[in-house]
Amino acid sequence: MTRRALALTLVPATFALAACGGGSDATSSAGTKGPITVTASDTACDVARTEAPAGQIEFTVSNKGSKVNEFYVYAAGDRIMGEVENIAPGLTRTFHVEVAEPGTYETACKPGMVGKGIRSDFTVTGASAAPQSDDAKVTAATTSYARYVASQADALLARTTEFVGLVKAGKVEQAKALYPVARSYWERIEPVAESFGDLDPKIDGREDVVEDGMAFTGYHRLEQDLWVKGLQGDSAAIADQLLADVTTIVAEAKKVEFNGLQLANGSKALLDEMATGKITGEEERYSHTDLWDFAANWDGSKGAIAALRPVLEERDAALVASYDKRAAALDALVAKHQKGDGYQLYTELTPIEVRALSDALDAVAEDVAKVAGVVANP
Amino acid sequence: MSPRPEPSATRRSVLASGAGVAVAGAAAGLTYAGRPSSAAAHQSSSGTDATGGTGRAADEPVPFRGEHQAGIVTPAQDRMHFVALDVVTTDPAELSLLLKEWTRAAERMTYGAEATPGGVVGGGPHRPPTDTGEALDLPPSNLTITIGYGPSLFDGRFGLAGRRPEALRELPGFTGDDLDPARTGGDLCIQACADDPQVAVHAVRNLIRIGFGVISVRWSQLGFGRTSSTSTSQATPRNLFGFKDGTANIKAEDGAALAEHVWVDPADVPGDAAWMAGGSYLVARRIRMHVEVWDRTPLQEQEDIFGRDKAVGASLHLPADRRDENAPLDFAAKGVDGQPRIPLTSHVRLAHESQLDGIRILRRGYNFTDGSDGSGHLDAGLFFLAFVRDAHRQFVPMQQALAKSDKLNEYIEHTGSALFAVPPGLGDGEDWGVQLFGA
Repeated sequence: MTRRALALTLVPATFALAACGGGSDATSSAGTKGPITVTASDTACDVARTEAPAGQIEFTVSNKGSKVNEFYVYAAGDRIMGEVENIAPGLTRTFHVEVAEPGTYETACKPGMVGKGIRSDFTVTGASAAPQSDDAKVTAATTSYARYVASQADALLARTTEFVGLVKAGKVEQAKALYPVARSYWERIEPVAESFGDLDPKIDGREDVVEDGMAFTGYHRLEQDLWVKGLQGDSAAIADQLLADVTTIVAEAKKVEFNGLQLANGSKALLDEMATGKITGEEERYSHTDLWDFAANWDGSKGAIAALRPVLEERDAALVASYDKRAAALDALVAKHQKGDGYQLYTELTPIEVRALSDALDAVAEDVAKVAGVVANP
Repeated sequence: MSPRPEPSATRRSVLASGAGVAVAGAAAGLTYAGRPSSAAAHQSSSGTDATGGTGRAADEPVPFRGEHQAGIVTPAQDRMHFVALDVVTTDPAELSLLLKEWTRAAERMTYGAEATPGGVVGGGPHRPPTDTGEALDLPPSNLTITIGYGPSLFDGRFGLAGRRPEALRELPGFTGDDLDPARTGGDLCIQACADDPQVAVHAVRNLIRIGFGVISVRWSQLGFGRTSSTSTSQATPRNLFGFKDGTANIKAEDGAALAEHVWVDPADVPGDAAWMAGGSYLVARRIRMHVEVWDRTPLQEQEDIFGRDKAVGASLHLPADRRDENAPLDFAAKGVDGQPRIPLTSHVRLAHESQLDGIRILRRGYNFTDGSDGSGHLDAGLFFLAFVRDAHRQFVPMQQALAKSDKLNEYIEHTGSALFAVPPGLGDGEDWGVQLFGA
């Protein structure tokens, strides 16, 4: 159960940008060749031509003012298409910006580097110069991830069935041993499972759900029974309900169709879970098996990134290289805490060990946070 | 299909060449002594001083480049966010690159600009913004960002052992210290001072953000009010005991004292440590003040402990009708009881240069409260910051004298401590990475 709703929201795989709707006429003239001269001062920003055909556009920006200047080409919402910064007084800088879609854009000089800048409209004409994006790779990624989710969901059902059987048979020690194992499959696909709003708190809610007027059921109720209170009169009924709910959610999860952004956002959501719920030791407050969840969230995040890997390698190899390095560092740290077939208890970790895990997580999360932008902008 | 923005990584890696940044031009021939006069010019041109005594209009940036780093003799701003960091990478190239990225972001933020161009919304809807946004539209607010390096950075992890300045070695323990390891030490520090706390916090937060994977926060301290004046243009502020502290501070206008007591002389750092010439050493001490106990202390006792009167900060030997904060302290003067009028164990006497073979320091501390301590008391005090030419020759003997005899010790505890080498300022085109590691 998350404190914040991390459920995957349906984000359209393609998104329309206002600037793309321009419908401007392509008026080719002799004056549209060569670099566009921009004369910037502390109070003015003269752009020699305010129209160019789609594709690569070259600007030559001269700073005639007394302040450091910057030059931007913006799409709607001040999204930066290209910029050149740190143009000192007296200097001239040339830069290229790739604008693939015709439409209305804005140019801006920013004397002194602050504020909205001195803006003008800029029109990009002609036909789209966008390369045909390789959607097939994204589709393959989503298909691959759906297979991963299905395999984890099947294992979740199998292990939960086994766990419920042990609880109902009163085999406390065996149930305790299986508990973190069964939950690992849940944690690997948590963002998917959580997208089924009503079922998530019933399956994965902590005792605090009572505050919201709900009954305390699911894994954590059985965790409390097994580790703290001993099996209760209704433990068997709780176990039956857990199995019924998990059966439902597994069937639903296997039907989900994903898009590329959902994979990206899901891989990040799992890291957010680790940072806010697992590294703090609050998820498994009775069993202290938080590191199992931590490792499983991490596995799930890696699963989504692995599916997207061909897309990312094609579009941002530097990001992949950084991710690989940081992922390996986190892998090595997690491995240090393996114990038998599982992991050390959270209560066995020193503050220094917790901080090391947190540092490595912060590092890899910065890279994973960039994946959605890469997927959305081929 | 959407147009393609510059990837943020690319934008970030287009690092400031620094070539001819406007203020750098002005700073090229600028000595520290030039700064206060230019600050004074800004003050007169803006008419009024609305910045708590820093003498500079809120929209006029403090020059980032120059002979010395800003944030030392810059007239002390009202607010501070200080952070000590550990380096978590083992790769010197990653650290050097981060220092270069920090230079660019720090210079931009000093101008009041976003940490990266268009960082708040320019990356489009699917990327996390590369500037966190809380300082957007705020003026520069006299922001200064000052970097320092702890002794542990030179332990051999990054090939820097040979470049360690000799004076950069851990401080000794002092009587009465109660140092919390979680508030002590650090490989690096960043001091961000501004007249708007949001601007200072934004600066630190964004530098940390840029550094994930390379650095990790070791400890951090907010200061809500300056306790020192570093320019004759500023009035002496008060600490949380209600006293004017640091009346005799070294001021920006006193070039000879700065050269003798604050700036590292080239002769101090021969050979591979020469990169520190023109730098300074920063001593940070988190001093918890038991304000509740102090507040129950009679006025006479409070004044005897400090050695100055509470109302104007004058030497205690002066009669009530001739009290002047800036009048010299007369340590020989005796009261009617024949005892020294400024007590032998008073703070001002023990810390005075005349008692310490001429030792002086540049104080630049801040008052803090970090909430409460769970025992019904404020967790409040003084975040002591001092810049010195050699901490072991200046701060250490001073603190040894204070730790031994200062009556104030009954009311304070040192709970955190760190020493950093603060490199000199950057010239045009230079960055902190090249400065530390060499070209």
